[in-house]
Amino acid sequence: MRNLPTRLLVVLTLLLGINYLAWRWLESLNWDAWWIAVPLVAAETYSLIDVGLFGLTVWKKKQRTAPPAPADATVDVFITTYNEPPEMVLETALAAKAIRHPHSTWILDDGAREEVRELAREHGLGYLTRSPDWADRPRHAKAGNLNNALMETQGEFLLILDADQVPDPAILEKTLGYFNNRRVALVQTPQYFANVPDDDPLGSQAPLFYGPIQQGKDGWNAAFFCGSNAVLRREALMQLGLSGYVKEVEQGVTRALKASRTALRRARKSPEAADPLVAGLLDDVESATERARVELRAGVSLSEVTYRVRRTVDEAVQSLVGADFSSLEADLADIAALEQGTESALPDGGELDGAIERMSHRDLSPLAALESVQEVLDALSIERSAEAQPIMPMATISVTEDMATSMGMHAMGWQSVYHHEILATGLAPEDLSTMLTQRLRWAQGTIQVLLRENPLVRRGLGLAQRLMYFATMWSYLSGFAAVVYFAAPVIYLTLGVLPVTGISSEFFLRFVPFMVVNQLLFAVTGRGIPTWRGQQYSLALFPTWIRACTTAARNVWFGRPLGFAVTPKTRQESGPRWDLIRPQLIVMALLAAALIVGVVRLAAGLNEPIGTLVNVAWVAFDLLVLSVLIKAVKYKGFTPEKRSVDAVQH
Amino acid sequence: MRFSTEQKDSYTEVSGTGRLNMVAAPKLREVVGEVVSAGNKRIVLNMLATDFIDSSGLGALIGCLKMARQAGGDLRIACVQPQVKMVLELTSMNRVLTPHATAEGAFSND
Repeated sequence: MRNLPTRLLVVLTLLLGINYLAWRWLESLNWDAWWIAVPLVAAETYSLIDVGLFGLTVWKKKQRTAPPAPADATVDVFITTYNEPPEMVLETALAAKAIRHPHSTWILDDGAREEVRELAREHGLGYLTRSPDWADRPRHAKAGNLNNALMETQGEFLLILDADQVPDPAILEKTLGYFNNRRVALVQTPQYFANVPDDDPLGSQAPLFYGPIQQGKDGWNAAFFCGSNAVLRREALMQLGLSGYVKEVEQGVTRALKASRTALRRARKSPEAADPLVAGLLDDVESATERARVELRAGVSLSEVTYRVRRTVDEAVQSLVGADFSSLEADLADIAALEQGTESALPDGGELDGAIERMSHRDLSPLAALESVQEVLDALSIERSAEAQPIMPMATISVTEDMATSMGMHAMGWQSVYHHEILATGLAPEDLSTMLTQRLRWAQGTIQVLLRENPLVRRGLGLAQRLMYFATMWSYLSGFAAVVYFAAPVIYLTLGVLPVTGISSEFFLRFVPFMVVNQLLFAVTGRGIPTWRGQQYSLALFPTWIRACTTAARNVWFGRPLGFAVTPKTRQESGPRWDLIRPQLIVMALLAAALIVGVVRLAAGLNEPIGTLVNVAWVAFDLLVLSVLIKAVKYKGFTPEKRSVDAVQH
Repeated sequence: MRFSTEQKDSYTEVSGTGRLNMVAAPKLREVVGEVVSAGNKRIVLNMLATDFIDSSGLGALIGCLKMARQAGGDLRIACVQPQVKMVLELTSMNRVLTPHATAEGAFSND
């Protein structure tokens, strides 16, 4: 019953929240000023849902003690790197090598740097780069790097570490025991950063997330993968990759067969089809695809259906090309010329077979001219040739592969664990620019997953699991609410337009108790944890959150690029970058100006005293929230003297 | 796991004895890779003596299938044991690969 006080506060917060919000919707909306009244009440509704999801999360907060690790578990430790300094990678890799439980250590160098390869060899560490299959194919960033390594290694479990995450020698002993439960696929531990001063100006530590939130999700079997400092079961990952492969191939073949009729019809109308040779070929393609359709319905496997189509078409091409060879003499001469680089006579008899063979080859066959048909035939395959590997265990639908991967595993019935103990220490960005890039990337990735695989309708997930994934996604929509929270007091103070029908005692009676209990809930769930930084950034970074939503939506719906960048792990040198927070500086100026105008309007009798008081307090709160950015812009990086051993409490 | 290769009339038979798991998976890819690069396009994997397969083993099967296809051929599986059949069904991999009753019959209709 350790959770009892929390649960009481959750219930109370929600009751008081509904009491306030119902009054807001039903009785206090100022319809004369609907253009601000409706956005404000919508923003407040957003926030109440956010609080509700938070309440649900901490409802089943779980504390765990690790069971003893099985001595015979085989483990691969992966250190993923792209462009981090080789010394940093080496430090992490050597710490990884020193992990006590038996394991193999691998550096996954996506930068394929000779220097890193040499360092790995010197210190007896494994070194992996992408196989040649990845050339000219989508690389899928870190997910691709891990997928490549999965094919090259054999451990039963994988410990994944970012290049800056120096592991504790006990990290495997403390986490492998959970896998004694055969259904556990993932054990996630916190991400904690050593290079962050106590006041954490960039909000790098996420003590609320790597604490009550992950512990709460864990209670609902929904603790999720955060990309580093986690151990995964290979079998679960491979199973996820297989199921993704089967789904992809099935969809691809079905789609291609559906498209084939239209493609053939279009091909028949094209000028090339006037040639009887081509027309005959199209007949063969048509009967092959018709047969495939019938076979597929009858339950013949995808590999045999597609193999038969390919063979039929290849044979038809070959025989037609051979039979009607004379009409192709001219083409042959061209090919010969192309291959020899000079004009030359026709090939003699001995070369003819080879020439026919070449003509039948995909790119030169008469079908190549009929792009639509060729496309259908290429799609009728089980090789997934657009990708470097047919099996992609780590999800590639998002730039944050981690969340999508664990959601897939949960949907397949696997379980996850959050182990609340710092077992690796990393490096956080030390400047605003890098930090903003990182936050943008996380937010974009999360929104991509929401739009591509909405957890609310994801089959295989339980209701609570759906809500747990959705809760994190929902919290990334805060940028839109923040804009309204900044605009509303400015509008009242400068224009005298109030979004509510009047600030009466009823407002205070309904709003104040809700706010007090809500803050109490945060204080109790986050006992001793500094949560204010997180609250500030969830509002102050509104341009980043909004940009993440719009770019991710454009990416998912219209295939536009995200403008994605790898987070640099080293400090970017330059002076204070005020330009990075221009929107927030403008908002701050507007808020400050509104204070002055508000006081003038009050003196002139244009605004009421109570309304002014409430809105002045609101502006003060907004400015306090945004003030964190001033500190962040001026932050010059970490100086170790200020370091404190217990910046985060357990 | 041990592998052996035998040249038949119209196909090459690869037999695997033991457990086709994450440890054996790279070995299978290697064996089939050699068979394919020697110019054999039609391959049957005889799984009579393969008494266990995991997802990594299945992943290797897909990898081998891809190699055979890229060479213009095909890979079929035959004589699967109950555990292997169950895993094929559990992962829906039977939608992609048909387990044939005998190695000789694997290419009978093509």
